[in-house]
Amino acid sequence: MRRWTTTCTLAMDPSALLLSGGMAVAAGVVGCFAVMRRMTLAADAMSHVALPGIGLALVLHLNPIIGGVAMLLVGAVLIWGLERRTGISTETVVGVVFSAALAVGSMLASGEELIDALLGKPGALNPTEVAFGLLAPLGVVVFLVRARNRLLIALVSPDLARTVNINVERLNLGFLLAFAVTVALGLRYLGVLLMGSLIIIPAATAKHLARNIRAMFLVAVGVSVGSTLLGSALAAVLPLPTGPLIIAVAAACFFVSLAWRRPA
Amino acid sequence: MPDRLVVSSLGVSFGKTEVLRDLSFSVPDGATLAVIGPNGSGKTALFKALIGALPSSGTVAWAQGTRFGYVPQRLDLERDLPLSGRDFLRAKAALVRASESEVERATRLVNLGQDVGSRPIGGLSGGQFQRLLLAFALLGHPNVLLFDEPTTGIDEPGEELLYATVERLQREERLTVILISHELSLVYRMAGLVLCLGRRGVSCFGPPRQILTPETLERTYGAPMDHYLHSGHGP
Repeated sequence: MRRWTTTCTLAMDPSALLLSGGMAVAAGVVGCFAVMRRMTLAADAMSHVALPGIGLALVLHLNPIIGGVAMLLVGAVLIWGLERRTGISTETVVGVVFSAALAVGSMLASGEELIDALLGKPGALNPTEVAFGLLAPLGVVVFLVRARNRLLIALVSPDLARTVNINVERLNLGFLLAFAVTVALGLRYLGVLLMGSLIIIPAATAKHLARNIRAMFLVAVGVSVGSTLLGSALAAVLPLPTGPLIIAVAAACFFVSLAWRRPA
Repeated sequence: MPDRLVVSSLGVSFGKTEVLRDLSFSVPDGATLAVIGPNGSGKTALFKALIGALPSSGTVAWAQGTRFGYVPQRLDLERDLPLSGRDFLRAKAALVRASESEVERATRLVNLGQDVGSRPIGGLSGGQFQRLLLAFALLGHPNVLLFDEPTTGIDEPGEELLYATVERLQREERLTVILISHELSLVYRMAGLVLCLGRRGVSCFGPPRQILTPETLERTYGAPMDHYLHSGHGP
């Protein structure tokens, strides 16, 4: 069994280091597109869609991560379908689905379980979780690197994208699924609440520092990975939980970076 | 001249509101069609239906091998979007397999300065951004250019520069151009065909001299139009 909680563990266990790094890289890259697509609040809200799945998995005595991942994927398809059929913005649809998910999740999970799901819970990882933690970030990053040009054109104008033969609806679904998988990566370590923050804060930091897309990716991934490692290191020496420390470091990067904000 | 586009019985509705009804027209290869009409007459809906962005009834048939270049109305972009002009052009170049030299050629054709390529697109002036969109449209050797009021929010010299560029490109590359414009003098200057769309389902189609008469314009816009056909104008 591998542990995935502290720097001491990370330093000793290369696979735990790889798992945290993979999660942070995926969060940094997904976050860039989420922020540029103006999904800042929606991204945070969407991460809560995992809650009913976690609650249901606990009721059925299954691994909560499996329930959370399944619900996130169903949520992504649901949000995509609703947006497509109704023409309502992603932000609004995600807000509605999130509220419903939070209500159902609260009914299915106990208070303590809910706190664990929201803020993460340190502990041993089983082989399935390790495999998911290694393969999923790879899948997310490969998808986003391959789709980056289509995503960039579509975020400037979906109509413009259609004239370049981009299937905008399919692309949106792909992005939402990549986003859902990235949130799922943080379920155990950071919890749904903090994983949404790790996706958004590094990308928001990069957005106001970078002048081009390459710089944005580099800064976002750098802040995400750096916060994860530094937060874990601080957790080893301070009597504080790892997840909130990681987000506190990322938030500190954001506020410090305001001093170097590029002119619009 | 073979037709580049044939539209038959086209209809577009938003819920129960019918925006376009039973619209039919065709555009020969290499021609310029101007679409005119008051706000709310369905001009942009027509464009969206032509590129497949809106569900519609009837048929829209583009000739085989049609490649679009599209210049939309001014886009609502965040000023701090960290996407440079060069990022934007390279994204399309990668999709249509255009080389770096083709990106440079498109930038040159629209008189876009080198510095514009390195600046975030949200911070460009209206004229610079529309020329960037034109350079984007020109990548991949399109044979059809679609312009949806591309000069909205641009000053007069900028507008003149943009249209002069389009006219030059059309001559050099034999492009079919379809444009929406409120500028009737521009329509006279550029278009060989005019499609007028009125608010109550009124439509007409033909050469400018036949369509841009005071009677037709009044029927289209629902009000008398202070417009005169000068003998020097028109193709």
